[in-house]
Amino acid sequence: MRATVTVYPRREILDPQGKAIRDALARIGFEGVDAVRAGKSFEIDLEADDPKVARELLEEMCKKLLANPVVEDYEIALDGKEAAP
Amino acid sequence: MRCGVVMFPGSNCDHDVYHVLKHVLGQETRFLWHQDRSLKGTELVVLPGGFSYGDYLRGGAMAALSPLMAKVREHAEDGGLVLGICNGFQILLEMGLLPGAMRRNRNLRFVCKDVHVRVERDDLPFTHAYRKGQVLRMPVAHAEGNYEDSGEHLDALEAAGQVVFRYVSPDGEPVAEGDGWNPNGSARGIAGITNEEGNVLGMMPHPERVSETILGGTDGLALFASAVGAAGELLEAAR
Repeated sequence: MRATVTVYPRREILDPQGKAIRDALARIGFEGVDAVRAGKSFEIDLEADDPKVARELLEEMCKKLLANPVVEDYEIALDGKEAAP
Repeated sequence: MRCGVVMFPGSNCDHDVYHVLKHVLGQETRFLWHQDRSLKGTELVVLPGGFSYGDYLRGGAMAALSPLMAKVREHAEDGGLVLGICNGFQILLEMGLLPGAMRRNRNLRFVCKDVHVRVERDDLPFTHAYRKGQVLRMPVAHAEGNYEDSGEHLDALEAAGQVVFRYVSPDGEPVAEGDGWNPNGSARGIAGITNEEGNVLGMMPHPERVSETILGGTDGLALFASAVGAAGELLEAAR
């Protein structure tokens, strides 16, 4: 099973990278962009095929390594497709 | 004192720290490899600066999971001395031995320059050769030194006296987070903190780079001298 984990700086925390990207977008003419948050995305192929098991495993991965809970939030999405061989 | 400097793939201040402890202060010092399973009798553990694991994921995140770090955690929990400098500070945060987290510098640049920090505690194993309120000049060199935690946690940190070094102006005055004397935007100018027990210290400035006159300053030497219990005559001799 394939999962996508997305990690973002928490909303209440100033994200200097996101702010710089927003400013750059404004500079090249994209108006009306209120805010950008720059995060990371992880595509993870798992052996587990039970979504519940997979989700628990991914939660654990996020807490232990993929995200730093002091400054980051994470989202887990299971796409249900078989992992690529 | 038996000192150990931990080497990770990507460490680059390890030899500088080794030199200060071994040659400037004459201490029994060895390198420890991050894959080691033992601290080999080390009393003072130093996690040096650099780019462990190429800063993959987050600065210090991978190094925090190295096998030797389990031993470093035990050492810290038993009251043993642990000093993390720059990337070493990031590793201590990622391990949860110190509270809070680092973010990219506010100006998004790698900052490499001398800064001024004020000594906020002179009763710690790492700082007893300094005086409270003393202003030190030390270099910083990092892209992720912007210390952050929730307001509530920062209040608790301050109340418990865990802020050890704070970025200030050259005359020791507090500076705002956006001020040039605060090189990275760190919350409340925090440059170094300790745990509640005072045996673990993390700091962004590099004391090992200002520990010999020939290198332009000795403001960092008292930190190592304090830690190895050589604050008096040895420090004078080394100076």
